[in-house]
Amino acid sequence: MTREFVGERGRLNEPSIQAVGLTKRYGSFTALDSLNLNVEGSKCVGFLGPNGAGKTTTLKLFTDLIRASSGEALVNGVNVHTRKKKALESVGTLIETPEIYPSLTPREALSMVAETRGVPAAERKKRIEDVVTEVRMDEWVDKRVGKFSKGMKQRINIAAALLSDPRIFLLDEPSTGLDPRGMSEVRDIVKSLKGKQRLIFMSSHLLSEVTDICDEVAMIDHGKLLVYDTLSNVTSRFSGGENIVEVGFLRPLDGGVNGRIASGVPGVTSAERVDDRTLRIRFNGGASTQERLLSNLVGMNLGVISYKPASSALEDVYLSLIKDTK
Amino acid sequence: MIRVNSTEVASKNQVPGSLTQVGVTMKYTFLDYLRSRRFFILLVIVLLISAILTIVVGYYRPASFLTSGLSFYSSWWGTSAVFLVALFGIFFGGDAISGEFQNRTGYFSLPHPIRRSSVYAGKWLAALLASSMILVVFTAITLGNGAYYFGMSVPYQFGESVLLAWFYLVAVLGFTFFFSSLFKSTSYSILVTAVLFLFAFNLIETLVANLVQIEPWFILTYGAQIIGSVLSTEYPAHTTTVRGFGPNGPTLTLYNATIPEGLAIIAAYFIVTAALGLILFERKEFT
Repeated sequence: MTREFVGERGRLNEPSIQAVGLTKRYGSFTALDSLNLNVEGSKCVGFLGPNGAGKTTTLKLFTDLIRASSGEALVNGVNVHTRKKKALESVGTLIETPEIYPSLTPREALSMVAETRGVPAAERKKRIEDVVTEVRMDEWVDKRVGKFSKGMKQRINIAAALLSDPRIFLLDEPSTGLDPRGMSEVRDIVKSLKGKQRLIFMSSHLLSEVTDICDEVAMIDHGKLLVYDTLSNVTSRFSGGENIVEVGFLRPLDGGVNGRIASGVPGVTSAERVDDRTLRIRFNGGASTQERLLSNLVGMNLGVISYKPASSALEDVYLSLIKDTK
Repeated sequence: MIRVNSTEVASKNQVPGSLTQVGVTMKYTFLDYLRSRRFFILLVIVLLISAILTIVVGYYRPASFLTSGLSFYSSWWGTSAVFLVALFGIFFGGDAISGEFQNRTGYFSLPHPIRRSSVYAGKWLAALLASSMILVVFTAITLGNGAYYFGMSVPYQFGESVLLAWFYLVAVLGFTFFFSSLFKSTSYSILVTAVLFLFAFNLIETLVANLVQIEPWFILTYGAQIIGSVLSTEYPAHTTTVRGFGPNGPTLTLYNATIPEGLAIIAAYFIVTAALGLILFERKEFT
């Protein structure tokens, strides 16, 4: 049996964010130009574009930090500007790099967020400790924020976004200011959120990060949406139907292996050596071809130890689309 | 398969009402103020002024202070309270809202299910609470000195004056929050409020009263005169005519705000500036 509840605007079964003709102008400059975007379901969407493309403007409109010149930003069907309290009740945000009142400790700052968001008093202490542990700031939880580095503050900001266990996350370059370890930890956090059936809408400049953790990508430039689709569709659609995977091997590969793969595995158009244990394989086809390719590679007893979509494929698409709009 | 509205599935969190959120913002902003350097600077200023007055009165025993209990409170409190309240406004209100933009704390406190008006009101209440605490310290020191010279009987006019000073503080904070909402730069907002309260208002009041010869009923500091006036043995007349310098000097009319007039000015300033400040903050964008 399927029972559906109709909410503010149509179906609200899944977490959703919608931009309906969303436009933001600053005088004669149009920062966002009639953005129409409907993101629905539990997934991670990477929001890509060059500096000044309109990524942060979009996220600010979705958190009512700025007002739209026209159009609407809806969260779960609720207009963020006219009904902010309702719209943002299940949204965790990280916009730009927020500063925290310097005299407060992370525990106090997070308590403020928890109380504002109505986290039950009985759960507050544990939730704060959990999120602080998740961002690895346990040792600093009772130290004043004023002395923290940018990276440490960013970790607390991520903790604040996680605190109320929202269903939707709006993250604006969450890895900003973090060291490589911190960036990797943020990726792990986002991956774990995906496992908890959350909708994550995340702007980023790091294509490898988006390739690693996102299911879908939206690209924007000059305030206009260029493309919004699944990662594999975007890469295949804009690279002549080709997908690229990077395959890691346990042992150094012999000289003829790329030729054997290119000619012997159906769908593969080329296999180039990245280093003596890594190959970049281009192939035509979707998920089923990928599955067959992996199965064939394993069957060749080459010692496959990793297999992932290549970020360079997304990079190629990104560069081609952004260049096209110049 | 049963599918339900996401907001129903969402966590057990129950976003509190706006009044509760005002309290939350107030609590944590107050905590921030209490630990801030500005709080200690103001406390040091109050202690310094109190120490200077204590030493001067104790050593020189000026007649203006020691004629009667009322003259003591008038000289001690009447001359300092208005200045201190203006300082509280500048320190706690000057950058309260502009700081949310320039220091980027607004990116932490605002993208939540909370109305901007709740943040504004919470911050205003925190500033009022922090200022009131320091005002209480100055009141206590004044009372301590008064008790030393004139015993425990405190003239009721002092109680009135303290209450009026607190009303004035309410209006000053409303006004400084309004200016703080006008600017995104903390230095501009602090500078403008400081210049207004420490120089401009007094200058305009003097010019308007002496040159234009009209009552400066539209100036907040004119209304604040009542804080000192209630401590006079006889409440000053609303208008006094004096002759200027020389045998043919011009006739000047001096104005003194009556208590209802002073209260009306203070209340009007608070209501108008609080409303305008709130509207500005609601409309201001985090660009």
